[in-house]
Amino acid sequence: MRIPDARGPASAQLTALLADSGGTLEDRTALRPAVDAAIADAADVVRDDDLQLTLFLLYELAYGGVDGGDSLEWDPALLDARAVIERALETALRARVSVPPPPSPDAESVAAALFALTGEDAGPSLARYVAKKATEEQFRELLVLRSVYALKEADPQSWAIPRLHGRAKAALVEVLADEYGDGRPHRMHSAIFAGAMAGAGLDSRYGTYLDAVPALTLASVNVMSLFGLHRRLRGASVGLFAAYEMTSSLPNRQYGNGARRLGYGEDVTWYFDEHVEADAVHEQIAARDLAGGLVEAEPELLGDVLFGAAAGLTVDGWSGGDVHAAWTSGRSALRRALPAVAAAGP
Amino acid sequence: MTAPNLGRRDDGEIIACPDGPFLVRGPVEILLPDGTPLPRTRRTVALCRCGLSTIKPYCDGTHKASGFRTT
Repeated sequence: MRIPDARGPASAQLTALLADSGGTLEDRTALRPAVDAAIADAADVVRDDDLQLTLFLLYELAYGGVDGGDSLEWDPALLDARAVIERALETALRARVSVPPPPSPDAESVAAALFALTGEDAGPSLARYVAKKATEEQFRELLVLRSVYALKEADPQSWAIPRLHGRAKAALVEVLADEYGDGRPHRMHSAIFAGAMAGAGLDSRYGTYLDAVPALTLASVNVMSLFGLHRRLRGASVGLFAAYEMTSSLPNRQYGNGARRLGYGEDVTWYFDEHVEADAVHEQIAARDLAGGLVEAEPELLGDVLFGAAAGLTVDGWSGGDVHAAWTSGRSALRRALPAVAAAGP
Repeated sequence: MTAPNLGRRDDGEIIACPDGPFLVRGPVEILLPDGTPLPRTRRTVALCRCGLSTIKPYCDGTHKASGFRTT
C-alpha cells in the first residue's frame, strides 16, 4: 500500500520513517514519545485520526504491507509504539462498550444471546437509507468506506485459526473458506468487492482512498486486528466475527437494492447479493459452532466473546451513525472528496 | 487422551437451527422434483424454514425480522 498522508504528529513520524524505508534507529524510537503525546492529547482515542491512522499503518505492515515497511513488521520500537495505542484502544472499549449479561456457557445459550444482542440494532439504519435514498455519489462513498475492510475481507479473523481447537476451529475455517471463495479466487469476497468498486468507477487497489476515510472507519478494522493479533483476545475476535456475520444478510439485501435502484448492474450488486445468502449460512455456524463451541471448550472466554461482539457492533454503530448524519445533512461522509470518475455513472 | 475416530464415512448432515433455517452440510444432493440439482454455489447451504425468504429455497435471514419460532 502507498504511504498515506499524515493526520498528526504520531502518524507524521511513522509516515516519514516509512518514506525513508525505516529511517534510523533514532527515527523509530522517536515514534513512542510521539504516540505517548498523541494519547495524552486525544479527547477520544477511538475517533482520533492521528492515532487510528498510526495504528492502522502499524497493523498493515502485517497484512499487505506499506511501501518502505518491508523490514519493519517486527521492529521492536514500532511494536512498542503499537502496544501503547493498543492498550489505550482496549481500555477505551472496555470502558465504553456495554456488554450483555452472560448466558449459561453452552453453545445454544451463547447463540441465543448473540442473536438477541445483534437483533437489537437500534439507531438510524444506514442500509435502509442506501436502499431508498442514497445518491450515486453517496453509494460510491459507501464503497470507499467499506473497502478498508472488504478488500481484505476475513483476513483479520484468520489470525485466530491456530488459536482455536475442535468445533470452534472447524467452524471458523468453514466460514473463512467460503469467504475466500472455496478455492476459486474470483469468488473470494474481497475479489467480488474489487469488482463492485471497478463497476462503480473506483480504483480497487488497497489504500487508494485511505486519505478520504474517517478515523472511525480505520478504528473498525483496527479493533478486528487488535482482537485477531493477540491470542489473549481470541474470545473477542470470535465474538466480533460472529456479530459481524449476524448483522450482514438483511443490510446487504438493502445495499443491493440501493445499487439496483441506482441502475448498477450485477458487477456491482453481486457482492451484496452474495452476502445475503452466504451470511445467512455463516451466522448460524458462527453463533453456534464458532462462538458457542469456543465457550463450551473455554468457558472463561464467555465474557470476551460477548465483549468482542458488543465492541464490533458499538464501533460500527458509531461509524454508521456518523455516515448517516453526514448524508442526511447533505455533507460528504469522507474527509476529502472523491476524484471524479472517468466513466461516470452506472 | 484421544477420542476414537468417528465419521470416516461422510454421510452429510442436516442441522435444524432453532428459530432458523436447516443447514445442509456435506455430500447431500438437493434436487428439484424433476431430479435436476438445485443451483448451488457453496458447500454448506441454509434452507428457508420460515417461508419468507426472498431467495427461496435458501435462507436470507428474514426469519429474524419476522420473529419466526421453531418451538
